[in-house]
Amino acid sequence: MLKVAIFLLSLTPAGWLAWLTLNDQLGANPVEMLTHQSGLWALRLLLITLAITPLCTLSGWHAPRRLRRMLGLYAFFYALLHLLIYLILDRGLYFADIWEDIIERPYITVGFATFLLLLPLAITSNNYMMKRMGRAWKTLHQLVYLCGLGGVLHYMWLVKADLLNPGGYLFIFLLLMLLRFKPFTTLIRRR
Amino acid sequence: MLIKNSPDIKPSEITNESHYLNRRSLLQSAGFMAGGLLLPSFFGHQKAEASVTLESYPNLKASHFSTDEKITTYDNATSYCNFYEFGTGKSDPSQYASKVKPKKWAVTVAGACDKPGQYTLEDILKPHALEERIYRLRCVETWSMVVPWVGFPLVDLLKRFQPNSRAKYVRFETLHDPDLMPGQNRNTLDWPYVEGLHIDEATNPLALVTIGMYGKELPMQNGAPIRLVIPWKYGFKSIKSIVKIEFVEKQPKTSWNLSAPREYGFYANVNPTVSHPRWSQSKERRLGAWGKQKTLPFNGYADQVAHLYKGMDLKKYF
Ligand code: HEM
Repeated sequence: MLKVAIFLLSLTPAGWLAWLTLNDQLGANPVEMLTHQSGLWALRLLLITLAITPLCTLSGWHAPRRLRRMLGLYAFFYALLHLLIYLILDRGLYFADIWEDIIERPYITVGFATFLLLLPLAITSNNYMMKRMGRAWKTLHQLVYLCGLGGVLHYMWLVKADLLNPGGYLFIFLLLMLLRFKPFTTLIRRR
Repeated sequence: MLIKNSPDIKPSEITNESHYLNRRSLLQSAGFMAGGLLLPSFFGHQKAEASVTLESYPNLKASHFSTDEKITTYDNATSYCNFYEFGTGKSDPSQYASKVKPKKWAVTVAGACDKPGQYTLEDILKPHALEERIYRLRCVETWSMVVPWVGFPLVDLLKRFQPNSRAKYVRFETLHDPDLMPGQNRNTLDWPYVEGLHIDEATNPLALVTIGMYGKELPMQNGAPIRLVIPWKYGFKSIKSIVKIEFVEKQPKTSWNLSAPREYGFYANVNPTVSHPRWSQSKERRLGAWGKQKTLPFNGYADQVAHLYKGMDLKKYF
């Protein structure tokens, strides 16, 4: 039940964007709107995924743990959407421009690197791979922290002058990391 | 001389009731801005209901500088704005400013000229015949638009103040009034917003003092009641809501240039061959369009302005 609800909920931003697109409601700069919203949802879902474990540890309610894989895959889904929108709609598959972006613009470099790190995590997010990889699976999936950091850095680097919003995401990311420290969580739980 | 510190007009007189009504919804949306972190921000993408009436300008002179390219829709040109005084989001200015209408306005003229002083908006506009000029405007963020502006040549205005031989540059300042302009409560830029032009640029016939668009008064979010439009330069040079014009000897320190000198030069001429560190400038996307088109040197106005920069290294003086 919970899983179905979260599945549908995570799909709504994509549905909403599709609806806006079909009804010509994306505003004055449709491609930018799609780029920004897909990027934001990739980052939000990534951070929500990272929030599950500390949330369960702190609350003692462990049901949400089953949602982690699905949420992580959704983060990847929105990142993939974000990348495709950038490649096709923004740069028109013009690879000279894309290559220049990757080499010369740090925020794109970091965005790409983050996507490339997400890719193996998404591919191995199934029972078959989990069994096959054994311990290596866990090690591999520690990369998710780096993905979170990469997503936030990408955002910080692309804004012009106003760091308020990306700063908020950075704060949330750091908080989530802090909440994974045993001494810290036991301190909170003892209260 | 009543140049500095003579605020004959209090900021409160600039605002009107609808502005004060608007304050409340503004405070509410402050919560939205913070909440925007995790909430879907496209819920904020609604049009504010227009509650101010913008007067029309009949009998505008046509201009041979006008382009015949497809004009950007009024909606797009007035809902998607960069005006950090009202917030850094593209829809913030239309959201917070569209219900504001400046009531009284004055411009202080100072510096190296024979006729300094404080001029009311009426003083400023009186002698000039208004014309319509359809210009391309290219933002440094790689979007662009085509807008029918209403105004008159900047050179005609500047002449009236009789600048002297020490007037090498003209410095412009935007209103600083955090009560009216909520974005000024945060230090996203060093307020007040300052822009500047070399005197030869300011007196080029393309430089336009602008008081309207689409045959009507400027809406607040587009820089009412008086702004510049400098069509061969990136949009941030076209300073909005001007309260001060100063003739100076040295190149003025301008807001975006101070904020990030490597990214925004003083000249800021549209130049497809000089990339911004975060954007290639070779292409642009018109508001409302999905595809991109090539950006032209000096935004397609090279015939009129390229001679101003003869012999200059435009990679260095970007
Ligand atoms: C695959 C490589 C990626 C590319 C080429 C890319 C490209 C872009 C571009 C072009 C923008 C808009 C920049 C602007 O408007 O100036 C953007 C914004 C953004 N991207 Fe990415 N990105 C990538 C990966 C990612 C990933 C993996 C995440 C998150 C995990 C992400 C999150 C964001 C966010 C949050 C924004 C800002 C949205 C806003 O300003 O409202 N991106 N990205």
